[in-house]
Amino acid sequence: MGSVPSHKPFRHRHLLGIEPLSREDIALILDTAVGMAEIGRRPIKKVPALRGKTVVNFFAEPSTRTKLSFEVAEKRLNADSLGLTASSSSVVKGESLVDTMKNVQAMSPDVVILRHSISGAPHLVSRHIDAAVINAGDGTHEHPTQALLDAYTIREKLGRIEGLRVLICGDIAHSRVARSNMLLLRKLGADVTVFGPMTMIPVGVEEAYDVKVHRGRLDDALGDKDVVMMLRIQKERLSGPLLPSNREYSMHFGLNLARLALTRPDALIMHPGPVNRGVEMDPEVADSDRSVILEQVENGVAVRMAVLYLLCHPAAEEAI
Amino acid sequence: MAMVKDSAERQVLDSKGIRRALKMMASDIVLKNPDLDRLAFVGILTRGVPLAERLAAHVKEQEGVDVPLGKLDITLYRDDVGLAYPNPVIKQTVLPFEVSGSVIILVDDVLYTGRTVRAALDALMDFGRPASIRLAVLIDRGLRELPVGADHVGKTIETTREEDVLVQLVEVEAKDRVIVTRIPGRDGGKEA
Repeated sequence: MGSVPSHKPFRHRHLLGIEPLSREDIALILDTAVGMAEIGRRPIKKVPALRGKTVVNFFAEPSTRTKLSFEVAEKRLNADSLGLTASSSSVVKGESLVDTMKNVQAMSPDVVILRHSISGAPHLVSRHIDAAVINAGDGTHEHPTQALLDAYTIREKLGRIEGLRVLICGDIAHSRVARSNMLLLRKLGADVTVFGPMTMIPVGVEEAYDVKVHRGRLDDALGDKDVVMMLRIQKERLSGPLLPSNREYSMHFGLNLARLALTRPDALIMHPGPVNRGVEMDPEVADSDRSVILEQVENGVAVRMAVLYLLCHPAAEEAI
Repeated sequence: MAMVKDSAERQVLDSKGIRRALKMMASDIVLKNPDLDRLAFVGILTRGVPLAERLAAHVKEQEGVDVPLGKLDITLYRDDVGLAYPNPVIKQTVLPFEVSGSVIILVDDVLYTGRTVRAALDALMDFGRPASIRLAVLIDRGLRELPVGADHVGKTIETTREEDVLVQLVEVEAKDRVIVTRIPGRDGGKEA
């Protein structure tokens, strides 16, 4: 069948971040994910597209959603997946990341999925192994599949991304989710505002990411937004030099029912999880019908299937 | 690849020819599958879908029965993913009827190697256990690589592997016609 492809082929060997992706690449991933989502609604939730491919999941940092989501995506595509955690591997014996990865390479995997506490770890690994590397979150740098699934959820719920007004609220400085989302949403033409304690807003973020910084009260930032994305406040940073306490954070930067009432009735409330209930978001908000937190998790599987599929089937060189 | 400009292009069906072929196929389908209640058309994306719609319209005209219509994306079941195509976008499979127990008429534009049909059969089986599956194609161009045969054929033509058969439909292109062209500098392997 000679259907004319409406997309440019996907030419990336790895998915290390949103930064190297073009608008077209992102559109291809999201469109592919639409087809993948349908597989999850079938009686037999499995297709043979990655049969015979080996995927190594190396999570050197704790993860529930991302790890589970990648594993389900791999199984739905029929890949053979292997798991590796830092605590159960020779990392605890002092083996370096590159050495561990060279040994993983000896098993000839097709894809390595890496979560690591050090920014840039997936980039380093990608230079030492032949497998395609997917960044599942590196330090405070990027978490590309999270931003892609957020974009998928927004597009599914609101029909577009271009021109939408998005507020990202929380610890912008230490959040890889914020970074990937700022990059992706700006590439797709959304209007992005960030907000949080001034100690957690990176200096120069306006110029570096072409976003706005809201200064003042959270209440004043909510009224005109189509999407309100709350970020997890990392516990280790509470009571530290950047933040006085949970209570104080929640009072100034938390989304509660009173603040929810200030948002537009059709605005999406998002959170990448895990939610610190009562800190950045009250339970009544997290469980309300305005929150799409669980849809985000569900969509993560389809988006990760799309990424795995596109990386495992590189475009033919002289494609028609 | 749809618009290959080549002097060696020959037309095997015009719009009238396509219409007659489909009408004849619809009558044949009704004749050989009298249990219309269990019948369902499933078009293989992309061009099988408009053909399935047209067959269903002919059956409606002839018998006054609305036969359910589905569409099937077989990309993830292909044995040559990544070889023949620049990653095609996965489209949604929609089968709005109970697959188990139904008599499915699988519809595609061209039957060639038989590999698409093999993939389509695997895909359909993941949705249930049909009572039977029949294959309807507008063009059978021969040159099979797998033991697959069509039950309802619009037109059988002789081709070589150096040729490409293009079914153009108004739903996708400007007009209805079927042409055979020479593949410039490459052998085939892309058709059904």
